[in-house]
Amino acid sequence: MSVESFIGIGDRLQPSAATILRRRVFGHTTFVFGAGTLAFILLVALNASWLAPHDPYAQDLPQRLIPPIWSAEGSWTHVLGTDQLGRDYLSRLIYGTRISLLIGTAAMAMSGLIGTTLGVLAGYFGGRIDLAINFIITTRLAMPIILVALAVAALAGSSLENVILVLGLLLWDRFAVVTRSVTLQVRGLDYVAAAQAVGCSSLRVVASEILPNILNAIIVVATLEMANAILLEAALSFLGVGVPSPLPSWGLMIAEGKEYMFFTPWVITVPGVALFTLVLAINLLGDGVRDLTAPEHRN
Amino acid sequence: MTALLAVEELHVEIPLALGTLRPVRGVSFEIERGKTLSIVGESGCGKSLTSLAIMNLLPRGARRTATRLSYGGSDLLGLDERAMADLRGNEIAMIFQEPMTSLNPAFTIGNQLEEALLRHRKVARTEARARAVYLLEKVGITAAPERLRQYPHQLSGGLRQRVMIAMALMCGPKLIIADEPTTALDVTIQAQILHLLAALRREFEMGVILITHDLGVVARIADRVAVMYAGEIVESGSVEEIFARPLHPYTQGLMRCIPVPGRSRRGEHLGSIPGMVPSLIGALRGCAFSNRCSHAFERCAVESVPLREIAPDRAYRCLLSAEACARNALEAAAQ
Amino acid sequence: MTPPVLEIREVERRFWVSGGAFKATRALSAVAGVSLAVRRGEVLGLVGESGCGKTTLARMMLGLLKPTSGTILFGGEPIETLDRAALARRVQPVFQDPYSSLNPRKSIGSIIGLPLRVHKLGTRAEWRQRIEEMMDRVGLARRLYRSYPSQLSGGQRQRVAIARALIMRPEVVICDEPTSALDVSVQSQILNLLQDLQRDFNLTYVVISHNLAVVEHLATRVAVMYLGRIVEENETTALFRAPRHPYTEALLASVLTPEPGLGVPDTHLGIAFPNPLEPPAGCPFHPRCPHATALCAARAPERHSFDGAIAECHLYDEIGVNEDKLVIR
Repeated sequence: MSVESFIGIGDRLQPSAATILRRRVFGHTTFVFGAGTLAFILLVALNASWLAPHDPYAQDLPQRLIPPIWSAEGSWTHVLGTDQLGRDYLSRLIYGTRISLLIGTAAMAMSGLIGTTLGVLAGYFGGRIDLAINFIITTRLAMPIILVALAVAALAGSSLENVILVLGLLLWDRFAVVTRSVTLQVRGLDYVAAAQAVGCSSLRVVASEILPNILNAIIVVATLEMANAILLEAALSFLGVGVPSPLPSWGLMIAEGKEYMFFTPWVITVPGVALFTLVLAINLLGDGVRDLTAPEHRN
Repeated sequence: MTALLAVEELHVEIPLALGTLRPVRGVSFEIERGKTLSIVGESGCGKSLTSLAIMNLLPRGARRTATRLSYGGSDLLGLDERAMADLRGNEIAMIFQEPMTSLNPAFTIGNQLEEALLRHRKVARTEARARAVYLLEKVGITAAPERLRQYPHQLSGGLRQRVMIAMALMCGPKLIIADEPTTALDVTIQAQILHLLAALRREFEMGVILITHDLGVVARIADRVAVMYAGEIVESGSVEEIFARPLHPYTQGLMRCIPVPGRSRRGEHLGSIPGMVPSLIGALRGCAFSNRCSHAFERCAVESVPLREIAPDRAYRCLLSAEACARNALEAAAQ
Repeated sequence: MTPPVLEIREVERRFWVSGGAFKATRALSAVAGVSLAVRRGEVLGLVGESGCGKTTLARMMLGLLKPTSGTILFGGEPIETLDRAALARRVQPVFQDPYSSLNPRKSIGSIIGLPLRVHKLGTRAEWRQRIEEMMDRVGLARRLYRSYPSQLSGGQRQRVAIARALIMRPEVVICDEPTSALDVSVQSQILNLLQDLQRDFNLTYVVISHNLAVVEHLATRVAVMYLGRIVEENETTALFRAPRHPYTEALLASVLTPEPGLGVPDTHLGIAFPNPLEPPAGCPFHPRCPHATALCAARAPERHSFDGAIAECHLYDEIGVNEDKLVIR
């Protein structure tokens, strides 16, 4: 008769933690789909120079507005057709992954750093620090991102770096609010009090006791903000205050193609579908991460 | 006297990834009007799931089976959800452990009390309100008409539990199932609530099933006791019998574990039960307590142990004879 | 005479609670003037129900909260003069909930060894050895070193918490309801363990509990708290045999011993509940006291001393200091 309790099943009966994790991860279809798609897009971005059939900047005016392969006039030279300046659409699409992923990741990292720091400080120290940070968050929420981007573009010109800066410095609010909330929850738990009683400095308590336990919340917000940043970049580029031409940003491709939208619809649908797929993949990944990490604590 | 509630061979199964969990494995008991049966056991013994199984309130995925489950002579097993909902709150009422989560914070006390009655009876709201006031006073709440307008968060834990009891009584049930009704309350409040429950049970002649882990509560309030361990009833009998002559080694062990003011001496060890409850996933071989029992022998780990009835209303589940069990108790007490 | 290992002098702790958008903030006196002295090797039981301030007092003793007024002294040294490390080596906690007192992301060895790492006690090689010795001492199998809290039972987790508290050999251990969240059969194991460790390491305990039976079993002295004040204090056997304060009587009467046939006593306490936000005028217990008089509602009682015991009740007003009480029933 085994002596394991059925509440805390002994380590003999239970397979190793790694095996359980592997089973759960690969059994979760949303996560697998999201992660798989994202991994695919990442591979495309990294290998763009091999995969793209043409130079995305090469203009070929006699070849403008050739429709994609599924249309009557299409050809295999330009599988997804060409845009109004004769540039190969497939190549631009492939190189566009780099821009979207770069901006998404950089903006997410920058805003994540700012937001998490503010949120953890507010949640851990409370009191006046919390009030001050809440004020900063409210101020930030009052600022419309698009108008700020417009102002920056007017003052400093539009460029890839400026887009990353604007997004990185403005998208931290959700990070701050969420990390503050989970920090408050964790802060009230006894193991934090025990660590303080042991004599840990505030820095050590935050790094060692609080951060590991709020990590899954941060990851979920990070995936959401990455998707958000990508969509915002597309919107900003569409409005002309984001990434400047001739960079193959998908938003810019939509903007440049909008005059031809009714005659040559693929000019908009192709980058639109690409955006949709990338954002969907990221969101599914975030959902999957949330599901996989959350119930772990509630047996 | 026909039993108010009769349960025979109740099983609960929950399929899990690791196997089938069997938290309730063949529980049988009966309860009559005007009596209190206490089901006592520690966490994980299946006592709460037993009551949920009777009321058909098991979590999704859990399955219940029984050879007999009847209330007042009529079968409960075959009832559909609608018929069962008609019974709940009406004939059989439940009181849970956490009054904060059992009361809806968005509605007033009065509203919830009245709804409890109006759900089952076609009466005017004024009549429901009058009954609510009557019951609030019965459970010892002063200024009852004003209280009706209060919200749950405005009341203390003790008051909320009194409101829960009043709510349970709104339809005049014949049976009350109370699952750890005072565990979350302070000691002085607990005494008051239990005193109240005992008085109400006498006045309204209800049957009460009191589920608890606290042997002190059991001793003071129960008429009959069923001790549960690892999903089975391992001993049952009248409260005097169980406390004076516990037979099953687990019951004996439990009694020795408790510090009793005036009886246990400072500086001395309390009795303890070594080991842990076995896993209830998959099939269990032999006696579920054998891995922790100091009197276990080879057969214990192999043979399944039936519940042995040695007198009307007195049963225990052990391979040892009743005399041997009694002797073991005396030896342990002498140490 | 050596100073007591832990002394609390007229400590108060007030919180400011907002009354909502339109009302002024109110003061909540969680601890309203508590004085205690604990000598080396003693076990002080602190008894009280919700709202009495015992948890707030525990946090102040651990240095996690600062008193609004009054002082706390360890071996005669005020708590403000001790830096974080020095305080940690004097006093350590064991908390109630074994499920929230251990960091779920850390292994058992890492949790128990945290004090060693923080205070850099000994070499890395020594750490492992010390941790394993401690695990033996509290009855944890050594193979659990790399396990995580989620794989352990409640009793095992509480043993981990005890190991973590004792690995630095503190002078005082504050046990805040150390067994309330555990099953009965596990409670007795942990209580036995606490007893043995206290004896072996000559520890001083402050045991906070609402369970009088546990307190009677462990403690040498008992202090009863009500709405932020100590209403009675006495040596354990004396307090249980002859309680002086009506609240202590009610508490003792509420203890349901496992003796059939005695029924549930009526403690005559009424349904008023102690609300620290609105403490009653005069004696804080008077709305629920079966012996209350007009004087009790008007004036707070003084602290009466009786040869090592204390009781704050008007029942003892006429009687001088150092005399035995006259029972008025």
